[in-house]
Amino acid sequence: MSCGPRRDGGCLAQIKETKGIAHVSNEKTGSITTAEPTIEKETRSEEELDLPWQVVVHNDPVNLMSYVTMVFQRVFGYPREKAERHMLEVHHKGRSILWSGMRERAELYVQQLHGYLLLATLEKAC
Amino acid sequence: MEICRRNNQIEISELDPFLAELLRQIPTSAKPDGASAAEQRLFSSPTNGEETEFCTEWKTYVEPELRRLFQTATQTVATDLEQLNGNEKSLANRTLRIPAKHADAWLSALNQARLVIAAKNSFTENELNDHFRSPIGSRRDLSLFQVNFYGFLQEFILRELED
Repeated sequence: MSCGPRRDGGCLAQIKETKGIAHVSNEKTGSITTAEPTIEKETRSEEELDLPWQVVVHNDPVNLMSYVTMVFQRVFGYPREKAERHMLEVHHKGRSILWSGMRERAELYVQQLHGYLLLATLEKAC
Repeated sequence: MEICRRNNQIEISELDPFLAELLRQIPTSAKPDGASAAEQRLFSSPTNGEETEFCTEWKTYVEPELRRLFQTATQTVATDLEQLNGNEKSLANRTLRIPAKHADAWLSALNQARLVIAAKNSFTENELNDHFRSPIGSRRDLSLFQVNFYGFLQEFILRELED
């Protein structure tokens, strides 16, 4: 739904293929044969494949709207307007996806949000 | 009661004994005291019921950190509140000066207290939005007043931080 300050790519995997054609010459017969092309595959690390994770904040009737806005600004570095938009989404819809990306960073965000006493969860995107 | 920013301090003056006592209760009110609803609210699950292993690690490594963080904030507030100690039975109005650098600790402690009180009393959203209920009706009404009074202070501190 929303993009964070840094988006860590959208594709699950990137396969880079390098095709090369090897030429083999035979001096006795004077013929040149072409060998099968070699294919090198380069895949991204497991961590990079593990995308995306979402940081979700849930509604809480006790936390003040102004407080929640301030926390979103501090934790995610969002401008006030964006932070308010997310706060209102939490308030009206019960939850808002604040950020999506790599798991490790998402865990850190959830921990920070819990430090501010917000109801935040880490969820794997569908 | 008057509240204003003076130099690097937030000054709450003309505090009558009743409001001074409510302020004194912030550190105590922030403690769940074994109430599971309050404990669960302060240390909520980091997932929506999945990731059992992650939740176990969270309880082992993250929760103690959070506990320390919350405790540090309430200790800072408790130290500031020592200004209100002495002559507790006096009816004279008091003044509390909060150093601006303690604003974050106050925001945290006030939030902890509000969440714990609300969880212990199972306040509904309608009750929490009722800002005109008298605090003298019952213990529950007094607790609701406490939540709203602490919320008012939070709003003021937030506004000061923005400025």
